[in-house]
Amino acid sequence: MKTTGFPLNCRALGFAAAALALLTVLPAPARAASTSIAVAANFTVPAKRLAAAFAQKTGDNVVLSFGSSGQFVTEITQGAPYEVFLSADAVRPEKLAAIGLASKSSLFTYAVGKLVLYSAKPGYVDAAGKVLASGKFAHIAIADPKAAPYGAAGIEALKALGLYDTVMSKIVTGKSIAQTYEFIATGNAELGFVALSQVINAKGGSQWLVPAADYQPIVQDAVLLKAGDNDPVAKAFLAYIKSPEALAVIRSYGYATKP
Amino acid sequence: MGAAAVLTLELASLTTLVLLMLGVPLAWGLAYAKGWWAEVVGAVVSLPLVLPPTVLGFYLLILLGPNGPFAPLLSHFGLTTLAFSFPGLVIGSCVYSLPFMVQPVRGAFAALGQGAWEAALTLRATPLDAFFSVTLPLARGGIATGALLAFAHTLGEFGVVTMIGGDIPGKTDVLSIVIFDDVENLDWNQAGRISAVLALFSFLVILATLRLGHRTERT
Repeated sequence: MKTTGFPLNCRALGFAAAALALLTVLPAPARAASTSIAVAANFTVPAKRLAAAFAQKTGDNVVLSFGSSGQFVTEITQGAPYEVFLSADAVRPEKLAAIGLASKSSLFTYAVGKLVLYSAKPGYVDAAGKVLASGKFAHIAIADPKAAPYGAAGIEALKALGLYDTVMSKIVTGKSIAQTYEFIATGNAELGFVALSQVINAKGGSQWLVPAADYQPIVQDAVLLKAGDNDPVAKAFLAYIKSPEALAVIRSYGYATKP
Repeated sequence: MGAAAVLTLELASLTTLVLLMLGVPLAWGLAYAKGWWAEVVGAVVSLPLVLPPTVLGFYLLILLGPNGPFAPLLSHFGLTTLAFSFPGLVIGSCVYSLPFMVQPVRGAFAALGQGAWEAALTLRATPLDAFFSVTLPLARGGIATGALLAFAHTLGEFGVVTMIGGDIPGKTDVLSIVIFDDVENLDWNQAGRISAVLALFSFLVILATLRLGHRTERT
């Protein structure tokens, strides 16, 4: 009884040592360079496609993180190791540049977003968005306007339509535009405001493209962050996003691009 | 912050109350049950200890929603979903805090054995009477510990509420969510104040739980 513990530990130790030895003997994999990028949630799908195309072209790896733009700014000010920031607005990258956390000269607009009123139910949202005034829904999902530019645009649109006060009590808030979409897609919210890029390829459901005059243009800027200052991969990825090939991909998800 | 604090306390209290009613009988059954199925039920009850709250939240979002199994029942009350509502949060919190109620109570029942209850039965007490006037009082230490832990755990709940709450002030915006939103919007003074209050309060609850444990050990 009193000796059983010891040999067992010995064996475990030996096993661990053998594993370690094996690790040092095995050839190290060829080191692919990589860059980590903070991506506003509305740009999730195109970012994945761009990253894959970039990796195929250059052999370099792009690690994508998705969240709300506000969330990323908080993380970046706290030293998060992102090298590039694809924001959902123009204000936040500008702010980061102003406090020395991003390179001002690298700022450029990679996409101009469009706002959509979306429902998972076919035929629920009509072609003129009149459903908003009908008041027949219990929940309308909007991303947190303080953290997500598409949320702010949704609130602006409701105000422009003169409906904000009547639907205010029905608003449920998603932490990001991705969670907002999830609330709608699961049917828990009958409808809500999302990015066109999220539903442009949606099968089923119903949507209304909110007129551009009802909200401030959603100008989405990219910026090189301080952590990426000396990383050629980060710079190469930013350059790739500006290429005609990448811009065509971005437009295919319903964004406008600046020439 | 005031409304969020009240809401948080309401949620934790109501959850604890529901869990007392559901968790104590469940713990009793598990403590004395023999057979493999008791282990299966025990494992299911303990799942929320290890599952990410996001998994619970995701399942709840589907189950409580218009495509879930409760949808026909909900439509009788003119509702389409229990997400984004206080009752929805209570259901979520009960699932999330269930093991914190059941484990200590199950332990207390198991340590007690069935001797006292059987003795009461031989004195011609009905099973229900024996349970309420003999078993429950003897297990009160474990029950109080379970209630305190469930209460404290619900106070600190974040993941499940994030997934199904929808951030509605006064309805689903509990303190942990307010802190998250404050941090995200760089209002760190407010976040710091609420965090300090929560930390102190949680500390006191745990301290109370530990003291309770000592007292019941001694007696």
